[in-house]
Amino acid sequence: MRAGANRQGIELICPAGNLPALKAAVDHGADAVYLGLQDATNARHFPGLNFDDKRLAEGIGYARTRGVRVLFAVNTYPQPAGWAQWTRAVDRAGESGADALILADIGLMDYACTRWPQMPLHLSVQASATNPEALRFYSEHFGVRRAVLPRVLSLQQIERVSADSPVEVEVFGFGSLCVMAEGRCLLSSYVAGQSPNTCGACSPAQAVAWRETPQGLESRLGRVLTDRYAAGEAAGYPTICKGRYRVGGRTYYTLEEPSSLNTLQLLPELAAAGVAAIKIEGRQRSAAYVREVTRVWRSALDRLARDEIAFRADPQWQATLDGLSEGVQTTFGPYHRPWQ
Amino acid sequence: MNAVIDQRQRPAGHRPRLALGPVLYYWPREQLEAFYAEVSQWPVDVVYLGESVCAKRRSFGLDDWLAIAQRLEDAGIEVVLSTLTLIEAESELKTLRRICTNGRFTVEANDLGAVRLAAGSGTPFVTGPAVNIYNPRTLRVLAEQGLRRWSAPLELSGQAIAAIQARRPPGVETEVFAFGRMPLAYSARCFSARAANRPKDDCGYLCLDDPDGRLVRTQEDAPFVALNGVQTQSAPVCNLLPEIETLGEIGVDVLRISPQSRGTQAVLAAFQACLERRLAPAEAMEALRRAAPFGFCDGYWRGEPGAAASC
Repeated sequence: MRAGANRQGIELICPAGNLPALKAAVDHGADAVYLGLQDATNARHFPGLNFDDKRLAEGIGYARTRGVRVLFAVNTYPQPAGWAQWTRAVDRAGESGADALILADIGLMDYACTRWPQMPLHLSVQASATNPEALRFYSEHFGVRRAVLPRVLSLQQIERVSADSPVEVEVFGFGSLCVMAEGRCLLSSYVAGQSPNTCGACSPAQAVAWRETPQGLESRLGRVLTDRYAAGEAAGYPTICKGRYRVGGRTYYTLEEPSSLNTLQLLPELAAAGVAAIKIEGRQRSAAYVREVTRVWRSALDRLARDEIAFRADPQWQATLDGLSEGVQTTFGPYHRPWQ
Repeated sequence: MNAVIDQRQRPAGHRPRLALGPVLYYWPREQLEAFYAEVSQWPVDVVYLGESVCAKRRSFGLDDWLAIAQRLEDAGIEVVLSTLTLIEAESELKTLRRICTNGRFTVEANDLGAVRLAAGSGTPFVTGPAVNIYNPRTLRVLAEQGLRRWSAPLELSGQAIAAIQARRPPGVETEVFAFGRMPLAYSARCFSARAANRPKDDCGYLCLDDPDGRLVRTQEDAPFVALNGVQTQSAPVCNLLPEIETLGEIGVDVLRISPQSRGTQAVLAAFQACLERRLAPAEAMEALRRAAPFGFCDGYWRGEPGAAASC
């Protein structure tokens, strides 16, 4: 199944938010790229991102001739009014020659199995499957081959899930960090009307506002003040879970610091846990970002494949990734128990 | 709202039943006992029992819940055993298996793992609002597994619910979250512990201090959300009482009232009075305010941001 027959071990899955990013990932060592269409059918529905038919054909051609697989995400939840649009997205994936579909919605999986029975299915992180019983459900009903695990499990839990899973397990290795279980977070629609589930958008750009005030720079999502920054303080994109609010008398990052996930140093543990693939988050990021991150992770996974026991993360890799990360710090996230 | 109404699925004089959702907070054993001792006297048709938020909460074990379940069933109430929403640890799966094979009571599956276990053991099951059913085809697949009732996800609008209603499979009931603090998100992190700078593994059961969750305000002091362990809730209370006629018209079978430490009985009584047309919703609103110290919201129902309020 793995692309790049000469490569062994964990597969590297890189984000392709547009054609230049896809090419950067392919050229710098991705085993697979994942992408979506320019609408609400995928979980990175942002202006200017994703693929139209022409670029889709070009991107898939570019990847395939270089032995890199293309995973096609239709990973939001269609409602009755949008059903035809979502099934059309599945059909476009089927017609495109992509190597697998990444789905979250049960109805859409049922549709894909009927209409495109040969198309391998991956379970999106948005499906929120955190345990082997849930994974069995999707494996038994739809023949799902791989599942992306939500970023809520510790390393030990990933190990257990993976050992007991009927399907391959993929985990996030690097990028923005959802503190909430994916597919089960309505904070964005609560404030701004659109959520990852319904529209593929967390904190939609049109609901974001910035304002200089005597109290400092204010960021808002919809009507909600998400944060207030002192002069010289770095301001982050106003996602609800990364804002500063008041509890009792204290103002602090109530849900999560604006940190991002970096598991480079945990690679040997993730390999020992039996994960089949590492996913790099960031379809909303630039081609330059994708190039740098792909390069570092390719080197790391190659080194890991040569010698799992003696693996050490190169300080230079870490420095490169730190420079690319959102916010001021990186974290092992849920994989590291104390974070929880 | 232009409701899509399928008359075939709405018997004449259709009136939704009232359900009491699972207690989402960590209440001490005595409080839970006192609460459920009263419930059998309240105007409620369905009661959900069990821990759906955090497995570390142990006021009641499964046997305690089963004892309450028996008592309520003897009082003529339909009982459903709720299951944990975010299932991560092996110990949590073990409890889940016990509930899903209880052989006696219907189960509320809050995760697809629970759906599989209940379906596999022939236990009747319903789904809670955290199971993502956004379209009729998903509903059909789950109905084929034996689903008896589904709860609409909170962010679905009345119009979307009506459209799903119009094409729901026969024999499947529909439930709508009609009153209470909306569960908005689940995390591996415990935000109640975090608020006190404590690690989750040594949380000290701080959420016992917050019988209705801990209020979070924005920096301009607006009530925003409530922390309830690993769950984040809305601070304002979702209130669909003004929509009660429409809910009946589109054939919703069950209206869920989510318990709070105060005022829950009055909320049930208000809904009951409106269902029986003894009161108009506008007349009953006053009785609901005590259970909503930070106001109401109903935006999701109207296709707007969930926090928006028209009442």
